[in-house]
Amino acid sequence: MKYLFLFVALTVANAALADDGMLILQKRCVSCHEISGPAAQSVQELWQRKGPDLFYAGSKYNAEWLEKWLVKPRRIRPAGHHPIQHTQPGKKRDMVDTTTLMSHPALSPSDAEEVTEALMKLKSSAEMMGTAVFKGGSISVSFGEMVFDKFNGCMACHEIEPGYGGLSGPEVYTAAKRYQADYLVSFITDPQAWNPKTPMPNRHVSAPNIQKIVQYLQALAKENWDEKK
Amino acid sequence: MRKNKLFLTLFVSLLMLSSAAWSDDAEDNYKNYCWQCHGMTGDGMGLNVQDMSVQPRDHTSAKAMGGRSDADLFKVIKEGGLAIDKSVLMPPWRNSLSDDEIHDLVKYLRKLCQCG
Ligand code: HEC
Ligand code: HEC
Ligand code: HEC
Repeated sequence: MKYLFLFVALTVANAALADDGMLILQKRCVSCHEISGPAAQSVQELWQRKGPDLFYAGSKYNAEWLEKWLVKPRRIRPAGHHPIQHTQPGKKRDMVDTTTLMSHPALSPSDAEEVTEALMKLKSSAEMMGTAVFKGGSISVSFGEMVFDKFNGCMACHEIEPGYGGLSGPEVYTAAKRYQADYLVSFITDPQAWNPKTPMPNRHVSAPNIQKIVQYLQALAKENWDEKK
Repeated sequence: MRKNKLFLTLFVSLLMLSSAAWSDDAEDNYKNYCWQCHGMTGDGMGLNVQDMSVQPRDHTSAKAMGGRSDADLFKVIKEGGLAIDKSVLMPPWRNSLSDDEIHDLVKYLRKLCQCG
């Protein structure tokens, strides 16, 4: 009975946190982030969205990372959310105009706790997630890099360490810190199920190699990149 | 009142239509997918090229593009570089683009290179 009371009290407290978090989201975040979906259905619609979709946040993020990042956000996409809006043709190649990149609004620790609670309640549909599961296991960074770069060409668009790799996609060396392992498996298996107009191609990586890539992302994420940057 | 209802029906059917992903024009598709490596102007010097071991094709060069048939271009866009014995770095786009959109892109590439 006592435990039941405690359970109810905790549930009510969490719900209250999530309600307050939802209010903050409505007030300070929806101008840039979609929190009810669906994903953009045309390229033009995609370009109008100022930040990544958050309507499936609860199936995507690691709550611990999310809460910390909201207090102290740092750049994840080296060329911004829509790189073409921050790029100019240069002498040797197209260059990022970093002066046009914004720094992300930060939240107080208590607001971040409430917003995290609210975001983690936003789950994806079953169609988006598919049947993907991460089966665990580990791989060396050097073998992982072969699978990621040589066999599947992923590094063309992704940095595997600060300053090394492609610039149009998000840095991947912190991806496993940010995202749940099942989400990573699912997104790599079928990026278009999450976002039909995502600039990331489906590279038709074999199922076993997707497991290896996620093991590799986990190995990369163990480094303390914040300190190295 | 009647009119309102008509609009509502129209609106709802539009919403239903929009659940199937939209077909985009070739320029938007180029600027969403291809420019990342092939460059904003199609000259092969895209944002990503610095650490790429094989450089993307210069789509504005008649010399580099003129030797390929439309069927070859269609195939490499749909199935990726490996399908025509080229680099894995050129991705397959069949899950991002419909066949019609790929045909439109082939025409767009012909305009960029002013060949064929
Ligand atoms: C002015 C537009 C803007 C506002 C307002 C804004 N964001 Fe963002 N948000 C962005 C952009 C742009 C990014 C991508 C940043 C990057 O990759 O470095 C982003 C990234 C994020 C991410 C990480 C997404 C990912 O998967 O990498 C989260 C989480 C997030 N925002 C939450 C919020 C919350 C919560 C609020 C409200 C308190 C908020 N944002 C307000 C534009 C905005
Ligand atoms: C042509 C460029 C390109 C290639 C090649 C590419 N990606 Fe991506 N990737 C992107 C972009 C752009 C995003 C951001 C997606 C979005 O916001 O919809 C992304 C996102 C991701 C994410 C994070 C998902 C998220 O929600 O932010 C992971 C993980 C990822 N890619 C892994 C891979 C792997 C593994 C490969 C190789 C099999 C790969 N990528 C190949 C461009 C690319
Ligand atoms: C991740 C980087 C990347 C992206 C994104 C990309 N390409 Fe490529 N593409 C390449 C590379 C690298 C080559 C050169 C391959 C070689 O020479 O072995 C290439 C070659 C080509 C060729 C020439 C093939 C031949 O040998 O005749 C065509 C045509 C082409 N790409 C079209 C496109 C189109 C259209 C898009 C967008 C839908 C696109 N590419 C997106 C990297 C990319």
